[in-house]
Amino acid sequence: MTNSSNAEFDAECIRRILAGEKHLFHDLIRPCERSIFFLLLSLLGDEGEAEDVAQETVIKVYLNLHLFRGESQFRTWVLSIARNEGLGRLRKLGSRREDSLDAGTDEQTGDYTPAILTSWREIPTEALERKELGELLRDAIGKLPEIYRNVVLLRDIEEMDIRETAEVLKITEGAVKVRLHRARALLQKTLAPHLKAFSPQRKRLFGWGA
Amino acid sequence: MGRMRIDCQHVWEYISAYIDGEVDAELRAHIDQHLATCEICSAVLDSTRNIVILVADDRVFELPAGFSERLHERIAEVLK
Repeated sequence: MTNSSNAEFDAECIRRILAGEKHLFHDLIRPCERSIFFLLLSLLGDEGEAEDVAQETVIKVYLNLHLFRGESQFRTWVLSIARNEGLGRLRKLGSRREDSLDAGTDEQTGDYTPAILTSWREIPTEALERKELGELLRDAIGKLPEIYRNVVLLRDIEEMDIRETAEVLKITEGAVKVRLHRARALLQKTLAPHLKAFSPQRKRLFGWGA
Repeated sequence: MGRMRIDCQHVWEYISAYIDGEVDAELRAHIDQHLATCEICSAVLDSTRNIVILVADDRVFELPAGFSERLHERIAEVLK
């Protein structure tokens, strides 16, 4: 579905919900569920909290639906609400995680040199059937600094575009690009050396070598 | 960009933008030229691109079992 047909579907759905067809809210929110949950999980670091705040977010979206002006995509608006709710929960929990949100700036230096490989064989997505690969990826993303993790989550995992990602996180598009670049570089550095183990084994019928 | 000579370090800086198609035609041509002869940068590009593809796979991040059902039950209560 293209963005414009999404937007039309959303606008029509919202109009009908506000006119009394309340049950349509189930269909309106369904495409956003995943993004809401994972954005909150990235913020809160706990599945139970993330699910709880996801529910609060969705109720809030419903109660404030009349305020949606269609200036941004519906999903962007929803995720901004999710982020606010998540930050609110962090404050309530008195968590230190919130401090870490501001701790990282784009000026910070770091080592973004990639892992040097002399050859790379593609890891087919079928390898994801092996649960260790999924664990490896989740672990590497979980260990990214917060400001990079959010960007990877929205841009690469939920496949939002740069503008939408910037809007949800309330940062510039330039900052999205810088953070994305660094995040991917860090992931490549951590993951690439391990991922090679998941490429399909060449058959070695005649001993070593191809 | 003028007559820019591009080295490995340069290529690494632009890898993410290159993957997203965010580099202009001239820079892309320079990078392609470099990649054609540099095995290391080709491997860095391919591995980075592959990681981007892998993390986008829905099997990596799955919603907790029953998440959607519980959410819609909660919505149904509010809609009553």
